[in-house]
Amino acid sequence: MLPTLLHEKQKAADRVMQHASGDKRFKILEAHMKKHQFKHDALIEVLHKAQELFGYLDDDLLLFVAYKLKLPASRVYGVATFYHFFTLKPQGKHTCVVCLGTACYVKGSAKVLEAVEAKAKIKAGETTPDNELSLLTARCIGACGIAPAVVYDGTVTPRQTPETALEHLKGWISHGH
Amino acid sequence: MVIDDLNAIAEKERAARKKTVIRCCLAAGCMSSNSETVKKNLEQAVKDAGLGDEVEVRGVGCMKLCCEGPLVSVDTQNALYEKVTPEDALELVKTLAGGKTKIKRGDFNHPFFKKQLSIVLTNSGEIDPERIEAYIVADGYQALHHVLRELTPKEVVEAMVKSGLRGRGGAGFPTGLKWGTVAKTQSAQKYVICNADEGDPGAFMDRSVLESDPHSVLEGMAIAAYAVGANQGFIYCRAEYPLAIKRLQTAIKQAKTLGLLGSGIFESPFNFNIDIRIGAGAFVCGEETALMASVEGKRGTPRPRPPFPAESGLWGCPTLINNVETFANVPPILRKGADWFAGIGTEKSKGTKVFALAGKITNTGLIEVPMGTPLRQIVEEMGGGAPDGGKIKAVQTGGPSGGCIPADALDTPVDYDSLTKLGSIMGSGGMIVMDETTRMVDVARYFMEFCVDESCGKCIPCRAGTAQMLHLLEKILNRQATARDLAKLEELCDMVKNTSLCGLGQTAPNPTLSTLRYFRKEYEELLQPDPFGPHSNGEAKKSQPATR
Repeated sequence: MLPTLLHEKQKAADRVMQHASGDKRFKILEAHMKKHQFKHDALIEVLHKAQELFGYLDDDLLLFVAYKLKLPASRVYGVATFYHFFTLKPQGKHTCVVCLGTACYVKGSAKVLEAVEAKAKIKAGETTPDNELSLLTARCIGACGIAPAVVYDGTVTPRQTPETALEHLKGWISHGH
Repeated sequence: MVIDDLNAIAEKERAARKKTVIRCCLAAGCMSSNSETVKKNLEQAVKDAGLGDEVEVRGVGCMKLCCEGPLVSVDTQNALYEKVTPEDALELVKTLAGGKTKIKRGDFNHPFFKKQLSIVLTNSGEIDPERIEAYIVADGYQALHHVLRELTPKEVVEAMVKSGLRGRGGAGFPTGLKWGTVAKTQSAQKYVICNADEGDPGAFMDRSVLESDPHSVLEGMAIAAYAVGANQGFIYCRAEYPLAIKRLQTAIKQAKTLGLLGSGIFESPFNFNIDIRIGAGAFVCGEETALMASVEGKRGTPRPRPPFPAESGLWGCPTLINNVETFANVPPILRKGADWFAGIGTEKSKGTKVFALAGKITNTGLIEVPMGTPLRQIVEEMGGGAPDGGKIKAVQTGGPSGGCIPADALDTPVDYDSLTKLGSIMGSGGMIVMDETTRMVDVARYFMEFCVDESCGKCIPCRAGTAQMLHLLEKILNRQATARDLAKLEELCDMVKNTSLCGLGQTAPNPTLSTLRYFRKEYEELLQPDPFGPHSNGEAKKSQPATR
């Protein structure tokens, strides 16, 4: 959780700034904020960039954004947790997003998801213990014409069945667990 | 930029046109089937055959029949090739010299294409969406010039009122009336927002329009801004549409370079800029007040209306919010006249509507038909009915806010009012066909789960009500519910519908209510006998609060 007490706040600020000083990605992020003139309404854009750079949004990163944009940490944290697109946990090396939009659903995407869940032994929204695969679901990626669609590492793949999905995930799921 | 410059660009583009054009679909659907490599291979094959001066390989937007992608068409042959693989490219180019091919051929004379009437999708699948010249040669930005140089803002609003265009986002509010309200509100700063947060699962019309013809949306927004007196626009696009965002960015950049956006457009005093705002995956942001909160960089929670955005919207300024398809309708209306547009469609719903056909249907893809087209014609003739000899059971429109229309009501004409009468809504245009294997209670559960997930949590009826309804639906599906539970579900539906703050909650019970209305038997078959006897059902009804 984010610290709330005053002295802890100062401690956190020092830590975050020190953390940020050695990492190039924070510089890129700050340049992005500058492009938006550190405007408060650019918060979502900045968080998009932060997630693109770091993969996920951890507490220190959120605090960094809050300090730089001069926003309360609660506001930044509130926005980051409100939107589904932002993730506060690190993602696995590979991602598999099963679309659960209506068209995909009536064409059996729930079965695809079930098969992957059973094989990887994780639930949707989780990452395998060896950090290889994150299994996610989407509410509709707009690829309804080619349902059911699954996105493997950012590549939309049409007309999936439990078999083709498992075939695709070979190598991403280790047999150890 | 003056009109002569615009015409010169069009003239140059026309002169550069090659004899044969091979069109290759580069919309998101076909691209996921590798159409980019197909295009690359086609270009190489054309070059190798020495046809570079005669044949143009053009990447275009959505060619509509998404289920058969990647799609390639050759204009001189009037041929449509389906499921083209990168290896087919060589063979396909050889057909230009009379060669034979085994590539699957589509039929442009099929009702799927023949019965379409394109206004919004005129350029979709025809022009290269990444080149502004291609849009200009298709009469692009002519309407903007006409408006800026020849009409007053008031006349533009009047034309919109006369055209009878209604909002394509789902609710069907008259566009001209909305524009008029924003125009009348006095303020130094006004905004125009394009709602491209197409959140309904099963809908991809707006994505296709943005990917296939982004400039038509920009032009529509600029005309709207002139009419209402705004100088800044935002396009709020969902993050799930990376290609649409990329093409919009390209389009805005090109328009700015040519002076079609920016200051002093067409040497008039009118200034207009557009920024893109990327959503972050929240269905509720399709609601206009939530969307504005999100544009301001806040949590996307709605607020009570009034005040309506037309009076107090973004940062408290009067704001015009329209959907992608609404804006895309604007340039053709002003180019061809309000009367022309008003002549299409039904008495109360004018023009055409784009639908995304998907689900258990033979031809999935994008269609644009005049308002009032019977549902049966769309689903059976154009869509080709259920695949593998299945029987259509219901058609779902309007996503989580809509309802299921049973097969015996398929002769209903599709317009705003007829669909509302059936307990569904027009919605943004997603049309999901369900066959006999679909269990309707499960469909209701599916949509309710969606609403539970997407409820923003601001008002209690929606936050708690949807969760309770989902619980009851699951209980019914698990065969643990009695008639008493069903009565409670109906009571809750009624409560959530009438007391929620925004559209999400107010319409969340619709899928459940409409399946209850037409497929009640499926619910009742899952019920268990009530241990307290049949009278308890009546008791439960009587115990409703008497205050309403």
